[in-house]
Amino acid sequence: MASPGATLKRFGLPVGLILLAFLFPLINGVTGANLMFPVIVVAVYVMLALGLNIVVGFAGLLDLGFVAFYALGAYVVGWFASSHFSDVSFRFLSALPAQSVTGRELPGIHVSFWLLLLVAGVFSGLWGVIIGAPTLRLRGDYLAVVTLGFGEIIPRFFINGDNIFGYNLTNGTVGIKGIDSPGIAFVPSRAWQQFGTLDLSPWYYTILVLVLITVFVNIRLRDSRLGRAWVAVREDETAAAAMGVNLVTTKLWAYALGAVFGGLAGAFYGAFIKSIFPSSFSFNVSVLVLCMVILGGMGNIYGVILGAIVLQGINFYLLPQLNEWVHAIGEALSNPFLAAVDLPKYNFFLFGVLLVVMMLLRPEGIIPNRQRQEELREGDEDDSATGLTNA
Amino acid sequence: MTTTQEAKSRGAALLDGIKASSWSSRLAVAIVAALVVLLLIQAVQDPGQFVSQLLIGITNGAIIALIALGYTLVYGIVELINFAHGDNFMIGSFVGVTVLSGTFLGLGFFAPIDAGSGAGIKIVGVILALIVAMIACGLINVGIERIAYKPLRNSPRLAVLITAIGMSFILQNLGLVWKGPSQISFPGLISDANIFAGITDAVAYRWKDLFVILVTVPLLIGLSYFIRGTRQGKAMRAVAQDKEAAAMMGINVNRTISVAFLLGGILAGASGVMFGLFNGTTVFDLGFRQGLYAFTAAVLGGIGNLTGAVVGGILIGIIGAMNDQYIGVRWTDVVIFTVLILVLVFRPRGLLGDRSAVQGGGGE
Repeated sequence: MASPGATLKRFGLPVGLILLAFLFPLINGVTGANLMFPVIVVAVYVMLALGLNIVVGFAGLLDLGFVAFYALGAYVVGWFASSHFSDVSFRFLSALPAQSVTGRELPGIHVSFWLLLLVAGVFSGLWGVIIGAPTLRLRGDYLAVVTLGFGEIIPRFFINGDNIFGYNLTNGTVGIKGIDSPGIAFVPSRAWQQFGTLDLSPWYYTILVLVLITVFVNIRLRDSRLGRAWVAVREDETAAAAMGVNLVTTKLWAYALGAVFGGLAGAFYGAFIKSIFPSSFSFNVSVLVLCMVILGGMGNIYGVILGAIVLQGINFYLLPQLNEWVHAIGEALSNPFLAAVDLPKYNFFLFGVLLVVMMLLRPEGIIPNRQRQEELREGDEDDSATGLTNA
Repeated sequence: MTTTQEAKSRGAALLDGIKASSWSSRLAVAIVAALVVLLLIQAVQDPGQFVSQLLIGITNGAIIALIALGYTLVYGIVELINFAHGDNFMIGSFVGVTVLSGTFLGLGFFAPIDAGSGAGIKIVGVILALIVAMIACGLINVGIERIAYKPLRNSPRLAVLITAIGMSFILQNLGLVWKGPSQISFPGLISDANIFAGITDAVAYRWKDLFVILVTVPLLIGLSYFIRGTRQGKAMRAVAQDKEAAAMMGINVNRTISVAFLLGGILAGASGVMFGLFNGTTVFDLGFRQGLYAFTAAVLGGIGNLTGAVVGGILIGIIGAMNDQYIGVRWTDVVIFTVLILVLVFRPRGLLGDRSAVQGGGGE
């Protein structure tokens, strides 16, 4: 029905961006930009932010402990695709050779990464329900605090997990090392048979596909019956319940689905980074991902993706780059202070300033959710009509 | 005759009460009862240790309670989780240690006050450190509100949360640049000796513990008087209850909000100096953990409720101390947050109910 112009308008930009994303390894190779590693990490964060967006953006449930699911996903891969449980030996569709170099059978559990992705998603989703269940009666910030509590308990459990009644479950602060690389056996290319550390493009394509699936699921969820129920709950819980929305299942679905993507991102990250420590799953990660969601524009999928890219871009690229720029300017002006100033020392400071400034300039996010924006405008008019803005 | 009947009817009423209660609340009572019994067994086995641990818990709790009051004051009025508050507390302890060193920005004002100084100088030093830290933290808190929160007062609530996180990063980084990444040691100005040294050795209650209580109690009384007895306090209660109606009554809402931040900052400053003198060290990322505990305490008591913050703080201090003794330090965080989650599951508005105290002491 739609005219070709409208179709182009609707699908042109997304298709163009996806094509660009698929061609990125080539561009990276030709220009020698060497951005593969940071881009993969950014993509992991995009996935996390999209997962949290379901909970915070769609359903309006403030979650300060999202890192818990990320950690759970990573540890699933750590447990079932490494030599951690050295007293057993079990292989299932693993990309690893059956025997180690010395010819002995590999200790530990080695399950195919692709299977573990599913397991990690389901496992995290289950924990999403478990964590979500006690919060159902809570409103507003109480809910945020309970999620924060879980977000603190789970990493702490991984830290102390080297001695659970004498059993070493998580190997404590040392973490789990030597996680198996995934691989696809039937692809002729060697790089794909077992993902290596030299050629990162198989990793890149894997996370790209995962991100695309996440985006697709997000869009479909947003437009689904469940998605509308989430928005209804977000705007007015009581009214939503009165209209027949089942608050319990609606909220639990939000937690579960958000957690699934957190777990998937964690599983990928665990396999990619090869060794996981409890310290990589601190409260700061929850806060960073929450910042991405809010900064990008809560509830707006593209805004959230942009938020993740911008914040990680600042962290990875702008702040280190800034240091060099300032030094260069200092040298050009022969100003000894600028030439030698140690900017990385102030990274957190600059990051904080950027957060504050961006929020002051665009309080509704970089790309605000149109629906939300209109609701907010309405609220403002109400206020000004009665003359009750904070004068 | 009559007494037995009364007892019977009371028993019947209790039974009815139990029958009417939900399964979840029965479970809650059972869990609490079991924990209390376990603690009592420990108390009977070694009363001295138990009492010492209890007293340490109360001291730690008092420090946490002062920070928690800052969270709850602000939350009661602007409904914002002030993430930067814990870091403000850290700045307070840094200001305290700087005052005691007598040197600031390379200028030596007086000789460092340390364990070797005279008793009079020590007392003056501690009071000076407390006052300077309180003023500094109060002003920092007001400044943060002006720069980062006030312009966003009509924006989505989560936007302010992000600027609060941003300010927290900024303060933490300032602390890092100011004093470096390692632990800073406080001079040992207050004696480690046991107060009861001559009477009994079983109970350890040090002069340090007494010092914390001696500073905390007047501050709490002062705060309570301010909220209940002064015009500005009345204005605060009014703004907490209904901002718009308060504005119509001629209350300067912006100033009242600033005062709330000022009070919170003052308490955080005092708490920071006490923490340093009590524990002997401070570090730039101290604010995160203590802030988290304090925030937990505020929520535990019912956020916005001033009495709740103090009760929650002391409760967390005691739970932490008991856990350190009987279960193990490494599980303290897990236990504290588990208690928090359980409390909120069974009492979704905190132990004492939220905002009732700020709103004039009325119940929900």
